[in-house]
Amino acid sequence: MNPTLVRLASHALLGRRRGLVLLAVPVVLVLLSVMMRLLTSEGVGQEAVLNLGYTLALPLVALLAASAVLGPEVDDGSIVHLLAKPVNRHVVAFSKFVVAWTAALVLGALPLTLCSFVMDASDPEQALAWGVGGAVAATAYTGLFMALAALTRHAVVVGLLVVLLWEGLLGNLFTGVRWVSLGTWGRDVAHALDEALYDPGVGLGYALGAAAVLATGAVWLAGDRLRSFTLRGDE
Amino acid sequence: MSTLVLDGVSRWFGNVVAVNGVSMSIGPGITGLLGPNGAGKTTLIALMSGFLSPSAGTATLDGAPLWRNTDVYRTLGLVPERELGFGYLTGRQLVRASAELHGLADPGAAAERALEVVEMTEPAARRIDTYSKGMRQRVKLASALVHDPAVLLLDEPFNGVDPRQRMHLMDLLRRMGAEGRTVLFSSHILEEVEQVARQIEVVVSGRHAASGDFGQIRRLMTDRPVQYVVVSDADRRLAAALVAEESVVGVALRARGGLDVSVADFGTFAVRLPRLAREHEVRIRELVPTDDSLESVFAYLVGGRP
Repeated sequence: MNPTLVRLASHALLGRRRGLVLLAVPVVLVLLSVMMRLLTSEGVGQEAVLNLGYTLALPLVALLAASAVLGPEVDDGSIVHLLAKPVNRHVVAFSKFVVAWTAALVLGALPLTLCSFVMDASDPEQALAWGVGGAVAATAYTGLFMALAALTRHAVVVGLLVVLLWEGLLGNLFTGVRWVSLGTWGRDVAHALDEALYDPGVGLGYALGAAAVLATGAVWLAGDRLRSFTLRGDE
Repeated sequence: MSTLVLDGVSRWFGNVVAVNGVSMSIGPGITGLLGPNGAGKTTLIALMSGFLSPSAGTATLDGAPLWRNTDVYRTLGLVPERELGFGYLTGRQLVRASAELHGLADPGAAAERALEVVEMTEPAARRIDTYSKGMRQRVKLASALVHDPAVLLLDEPFNGVDPRQRMHLMDLLRRMGAEGRTVLFSSHILEEVEQVARQIEVVVSGRHAASGDFGQIRRLMTDRPVQYVVVSDADRRLAAALVAEESVVGVALRARGGLDVSVADFGTFAVRLPRLAREHEVRIRELVPTDDSLESVFAYLVGGRP
């Protein structure tokens, strides 16, 4: 990890309009849970709100963060100014990952804990389970979206398709998909911490291992793509 | 002292050949890479800076391959033509970050020195998205100079820079060349190149068209037939008179009136044409050079004929 690159990536994340959208997602989610709690009784609608947060808000935050730290620079070629330096490309990719990952944890996983706690303060165990499960999913999502940002100009579109079609639609239709669904791995971890939560049944060890392998592989791939970064003329 | 060597380098994108069998050796001093837009200058600079893999041939810096070799950036600085992104940073933050990424002992001091060299100390506290094109160009340069590189590659560095800054930048490049650094810059303007560069490499349509000092290149470009269109009130009589002239190498009648005249020695032609017109009582209505554009000059260099 390189502190300079971390600093630059943080600027890239927060110094632009995208940063505001990134903040808006968790804020809306937490406001929603506060309203539900005020208007109904404890625990009502908790599952619905958290499912929404887990399946939509969390991957969205990870997608926005991962593409913000890498996407625009690769697309407009200005990353060449960073790459014309004697810095290992895997360090570049990892430093950017750390920034996006931190954002996904703070703005994607932590709000799940907050929501769960707001809606049912009597069950802190469940709040923790959502947070930890969310953190595992956030790690895998951020890695995947970073690799997409390094591979294609259309990372945001492809990322949305992954979230909506693969994770959302196909994951519900075919049970086999759960083995290769990022969201499932996080849910399994959440279930391990709170039995009351849904159990996708892939096993804790598999879930943790799969998330780690995916995130590591994706960040390595992003670094390797940066090693082969090609400068194109305007002509 | 560093030397960049391209040996039989070609690069194609799909079935488009961007660079075709180019061999050149860029040594200490200033080299100008001259060619019209779309000639492959940016592609060549990308190959020379390790941001493009050759489809054939090798590109090396002091014997080390450039592609996928991060270490070359210790000795190489690149000022790409690409717009600088990073609008959300200040100029100082960007140059300082560059110094840190190079692992310099005192990045703050190095950044200030580089900003001073390009005369950007004062606006360095402002965000880059408030800069003019010339200022962005100078910040890019500061960022490439911060580690005092032995090799500096600049892609169209004079684009969008005002005349005073252009002079300043030319002085800076001359100074770096005199210090024994290897400096290469691209341009599509001959006058710009010959003001600074000792050695000129000409590329046209992806091919290495000519190489030499600016005197040789200038002669190559000027010692060639120049095309004029001459419109008069008696085209055939004028044509007959022109054919007899030593300085003229070709005359053709144009379908809609007027003559196409190829002139080998245009100094003599300029003196002779008014005299001929008077002697033969021809009134000249129009005299237009038709191939002043740089493209035709380059086309001549490549094809032997305009």
